Amino acid sequence: MFKTVEELVQTAENENIQLSEVMIRQEMSVHDRTRDEVMSRMEENLNVMERAVNRGITETVKSVSGLTGGDGKKLHEYMMLHETLSGNLTLDAVSKAMATNEVNAAMGTICATPTAGAAGVVPGTLFAVKEKLHPDREAMIRYLFVSGAFGYVIANNAFISGAAGGCQAEVGSAAGMAAAAIVEMAGGTPRQSAHAMAMTLKNMLGLVCDPVAGLVEVPCVKRNAMGASNALTAADMALAGIESRIPADEVIDAMYRIGSSMPAALRETGDGGLAATPTGKKYKEEIFGTGVHS
Amino acid sequence: MQFRSVFDIIGPIMVGPSSSHTAGAARIGLVARQLFQEQPAFVQFHLYGSFAKTHQGHGTDEALLGGVLGFDTSDQRLRTAPDYAAEAGMKWEFIEENEVVLHPNTVKIVMTTGSKTMEVTGISVGGGKVEIKELNGFDLNLSGNHPALLIVHEDRYGVIAEAAAALAERQINIGHMQVSRKEQGKEALMVIEVDHNIDAETLQKIEAADHVLQVTKIHE
Repeated sequence: MFKTVEELVQTAENENIQLSEVMIRQEMSVHDRTRDEVMSRMEENLNVMERAVNRGITETVKSVSGLTGGDGKKLHEYMMLHETLSGNLTLDAVSKAMATNEVNAAMGTICATPTAGAAGVVPGTLFAVKEKLHPDREAMIRYLFVSGAFGYVIANNAFISGAAGGCQAEVGSAAGMAAAAIVEMAGGTPRQSAHAMAMTLKNMLGLVCDPVAGLVEVPCVKRNAMGASNALTAADMALAGIESRIPADEVIDAMYRIGSSMPAALRETGDGGLAATPTGKKYKEEIFGTGVHS
Repeated sequence: MQFRSVFDIIGPIMVGPSSSHTAGAARIGLVARQLFQEQPAFVQFHLYGSFAKTHQGHGTDEALLGGVLGFDTSDQRLRTAPDYAAEAGMKWEFIEENEVVLHPNTVKIVMTTGSKTMEVTGISVGGGKVEIKELNGFDLNLSGNHPALLIVHEDRYGVIAEAAAALAERQINIGHMQVSRKEQGKEALMVIEVDHNIDAETLQKIEAADHVLQVTKIHE
C-alpha cells in the first residue's frame, strides 16, 4: 500500500503503468475485489456526478435557504453565447463545478469527492476536459481513480474536512486531486501529475472554512469555481514541464501543519471569517432568526 | 491508516449538503440503529463541536434521525426524516453541548425503548467516513464499513478463542478485532470486523457459548 505521493509515483514508474492503474490494483488486492467490481462501483459514482452536472447547468436549482442556486447555469449560458475572456474550457469547468455544488446545497444527490462541500471540482473539470479530449468511458473512470489516489494520500497524512483543517483541506484537496487527474488524461507522466497536485494545493494553503450561517453554500459554491480553474491552470503548467520546487508530500505536510494551527472559528463553525461579516450575520439571522430550519 | 479505500475518497453517493455533517451523521445514526436492533421509542442526540454549532444548516438533525430510522446516505427520505420519525411514533431530542471534545464532529446517541437503553458515541471524520468510539461506556473503534460482530461477554478466559473458532469453522476471515472491558473480571466487549457476512447458525453458536451475554451483528 502506498502512503505517500512519492511511493505512488515510484510504483507507477517502476511498473510502467498509469497512476490510475496503481490505485485500481491496490483497491482490488486490499479489499479482495475483482477488476470488474472495482470499475463498476466507480462508474456508479461517475454516473451520479454526470447527472448532478447536467441538472445544475440546465435547471435553476435553489437551496433551502435561498442563498445559492442558478449561478452554474448562468455562467454556462454566458459561455455558450459570448466571446469569453478566460476561455471556454476553463469556464465550462467552473460552471460545472458550481452546478454540482448548487445541486448539493439544494439537498440533491451528489458524489462526495472527497467531501460534499468540495464535490464540484473533480466532476466539473472532468466533464469540461471531456469536451476537449474526448476520452472513452474507461478513461473517465480512471480520472476518478487518479483523483482518489491523491485524495487517499492527503486524507491519510493530513485531513480532508473543513472542520478539521479548513477549506484548504476540502476544496484545496479536491483541486489538487483534479489537477493530477487532468494531467494523466492529457497524456502527462505520473510525476507531472504529482507536480500539478503540488502546485494546485500550494495555491490554496491557508484557505479557511468560514461558511455563512454554517451552510455549505457561501462561499463554498464559488470556492469550488476557483478550485476548478486553479486545477486546470496547474495541470497546464505541469504539462509544460514546470515543476513544483516543494515536493507534493511536503506540501501536504505544510497543509496539515497550517490546518492544525487554525483556530476553531475558521474551521467550519460558522463563527469567523466571512460568516462573521455584517452581511454574513444578517443572512444567518434571516435564515434562522425566524425559526426556519433547513 | 484511517482511510483504506479509494471509495472513502470518491464517494459516498449522498444527499447534500455536507459529507461530514449530513452523510456522516446519517451513517452514525444507521450504525446506532443496527446496534440497537430495533427502532427506539425515544432517542436523544447530544451534539458536540462543529456538530453543535452548525447542525441546523447542514441537515444534520434530519440525517441523524433518518439514520436511526434505517435510511442510508443516498436515501431521498433523509430530507424529511422528521416527518417519517413522527409518523413512526418515535420521540426525539437534540441537545447542543458546550463541552470540548477530542474530535470536532462528535455525537452521542442515547436510544431507549422501555427499560432497554443504549449509548453510542460516533465521530464523523470527513468525506462521509465515520467511527463509532464508544458503546455503553466501552471504548471501541468501529467503521461500520464491514460486517461486524459485537459480543458482550463476561471477562473470562476462553470466550475470545471460542468466538474466533466458530468463525474459523465457517472459513470467515477476521479483518480487525478489539476487546475492551471496564473492570477486570466483569463485563467485556469484543468487536470483530470480518470480510464476509456471518450466517445465522454461526451467530447462534456464538450466542450459546459460555459467558456470552449478548451478540449483535452489523453488516455493510
